[in-house]
Amino acid sequence: MGAIRLINLRKDYGKENVIPNLNLDIVDGSFTVLVGPSGCGKSTTLRMIAGLEKPTGGQILIDGVDVANMAPGKRDLAMVFQNYALYPTMTVRRNIEFGLINKKVPKAKRDNLIDDVCEIVGLTPYLDRKPANLSGGQRQRVALARAMVKEPKVFLMDEPLSNLDAKLRASMRVELIELHKRLKTTFIYVTHDQTEAMSMGDVIVLMNKGIIMQQSSPKDMYHNPENTFAAQFIGTPPMNIVDSLVPGISIGFRPEKVAFAGDGSAALVLNGTIVTKEQLGAEYNYSVATAEGKIMVKSEDDQEPGACRLFVRPEHLFAFDREGKRTGMSEAILARLPRV
Amino acid sequence: MENPNTARMLRCVRSVISAAFKLLVIFIVAYPFLWMVFTAFKPYRETITYPPTLLPTTWSLEGLTSCLAELDVHHFMKNSLVVSISVLILQYIVIIPAAYAFARVRFPGRSLLFGIVLLGFMIPQQVTFVPVYLIFSKAKALQSYWPQILPFVANAFGIFLLRQYFMQIPEEIIESARMDSASEPKIIFSIMIPMARTALFTIGLLSFISLWNSYFWPLIMTTKNTFRPLSVGVAMLKSVDASIPWHTLMAGNLFLTCPILIAYLFANKQIRKAFVYSGIK
Repeated sequence: MGAIRLINLRKDYGKENVIPNLNLDIVDGSFTVLVGPSGCGKSTTLRMIAGLEKPTGGQILIDGVDVANMAPGKRDLAMVFQNYALYPTMTVRRNIEFGLINKKVPKAKRDNLIDDVCEIVGLTPYLDRKPANLSGGQRQRVALARAMVKEPKVFLMDEPLSNLDAKLRASMRVELIELHKRLKTTFIYVTHDQTEAMSMGDVIVLMNKGIIMQQSSPKDMYHNPENTFAAQFIGTPPMNIVDSLVPGISIGFRPEKVAFAGDGSAALVLNGTIVTKEQLGAEYNYSVATAEGKIMVKSEDDQEPGACRLFVRPEHLFAFDREGKRTGMSEAILARLPRV
Repeated sequence: MENPNTARMLRCVRSVISAAFKLLVIFIVAYPFLWMVFTAFKPYRETITYPPTLLPTTWSLEGLTSCLAELDVHHFMKNSLVVSISVLILQYIVIIPAAYAFARVRFPGRSLLFGIVLLGFMIPQQVTFVPVYLIFSKAKALQSYWPQILPFVANAFGIFLLRQYFMQIPEEIIESARMDSASEPKIIFSIMIPMARTALFTIGLLSFISLWNSYFWPLIMTTKNTFRPLSVGVAMLKSVDASIPWHTLMAGNLFLTCPILIAYLFANKQIRKAFVYSGIK
C-alpha cells in the first residue's frame, strides 16, 4: 500500500508563502508526476511528503496515518535525488546496504536483497567500486537500487534524470516506466520537463505558484486543458492564444493543428507572413506574423517564407475566459471568428 | 610568426630560472635544519670555530652522549607524547560534534556562539595564561598534565576549519542518510567523518606540531620536571653552563624534531594534501 493524501497543506519560508493550500490525493500504485515551472512548489511538496521539510500547516496522510511527527526514515519511503546523493566514501554495495543496516536487517537477507536489486538494475559488476569511478548513468542506477532495496511504500523522485545527457535520459525514462510496472509501487516524480511528465506519468499534477492548475491523465492534459496555463505548459511550441478575435474570450489552438491549406470546414482562417522557419526533422516550426499577432505553426508542409494562409478546424479550437479558465466553445463564438 | 627555435629557447630559459629559484627556496628553508643536524655531530671545539663549517671536519657523538647524560630524554619525550596525544584524542571528541552543530543544526544563538568561538581563536595565549594558571592553581591541578591538555581541547581553529568543510558537504547526502533511517551520530560517524578525513588530518597535524613545539605555555604551567615536555627540557640544556654547549643543544633539538620528521616520512602524501587543502579552502 502507498496512498498519500495531502490536506490543506501550507508552507511558508519566513514571510514568503510558497504553498497556500494544497489538497491532493495520490492513488496507491500510481505513477504521479508533479510538474511545473521552477519555484512552483513541486519539490517542496515532495520534500514535505519525505519529511525533509516541515509543513507550516495542514496534514500529510500516508495510508491514512498522519506522519507529521514521523522522522523521514520511519515513513517507509525512498527518495532518489537529482544529484544522486550517493555516499562518496562507501562502495556501491555499502551505499545500497546502508539503509538496511540502519533498519537492522540481518546480513543474509541483506545480501539476498542486494543481489536481487543489482541484477534488476545491472549493477552486479560494479558492487565494489566507489561512486567517483562510475558514470552518470551508473550512479543513477545506484541511487535507484538504494531506493528499491528498501522495498518502500512510495518512491519519491526529485528530477532524477536531469543530470543525464539526452540519450541516456530517454533510455532511463523507459526503464523507469518498466520498473514501475514491475514493482507496482506508488511513484511520485517531480520534474520541470513536460516531455518527461507526459511520457511517464499516469497522473499529471500541474502546479504553478503552489497551486494545482490541473490534475489529470497525460491525454486529458493535452486534449482538455482546464486553463491557459495548462494549455501553454504542455506542448512544444505552446498553444497559440489569441485575445483579439472575440471580446472577453481568448481563443486557443495548438501549433500542430494549424494547416496551410483547408476547405470550407475550417472555422478560423488567418492571413499571415512566414517570418522564421525551423527544421526539426520530419516537421517544421513556423513563426507566422498575422494581424492578430505572432502565431506558431508546426507542420510537415515545406512552405517557402512569404505570405500564407492559416486554417484551423472547429474541433481544434479552445475557448478561455478572461481569467484564463476554460469555457465551452459555442456556435456564437465560432460565428464571430474570421474566415477570410 | 615567431621562430619556433626562439620559442623553445625561451621555454628552456624559463624552466632553468624556475628551477634555480626553487633550489634557492629549498636552500633557504633547509639550511638551518641541516646546520642543526650537522652541528649535533661536531665536537664542541668545531661548533665555535670561525669561519663556521657546515659539514663536520671530524664526526663525533660527543653531543649526543652529553645530551643523553645531562637530560632524561626518555622521560621528557614521554611527557610530550602524553600531552600531545591526549590533546589530539580529546580535541576530536570536542570539535567534531561542535563543528557538525555549527554547520548543520539550526539552533537559537548559533551565530553568536560561533562568533565567541572565533574570538577565542584570535586571543593570544599571552593574554589568557594568568587567569588559566589561577584556575588550575585553585583547582589544585597544577601538579598534573591537565594544565597542558585542557586549554587546548576546544581547538577553535579546528572547529572553524571542520565547520567550513562540513558546510561544503551537499545537504542531499545528509538528507539521503536521514531517509535511510540513520541517526544523527550515525550520520556523523559513517558519512561526515569519512568525507572530512583530509580536514581532520590537517587539524590533527597542525595541532600536533604546535603542541609538540610549544614552549611558553608548558614552561609557565609546570613547576617540576615531572610534567615538563621535551621542548622545555631541551631549553634547559643551555642554562647548564656559562657557555652554550652548541653540539649538546643541537643533539637535544635533533630528538625534539625526530617525531615530526618521522611523521613526515610516513604520511608524506597525506601531509602534502593536508597543506594544499588548508591553503585552498
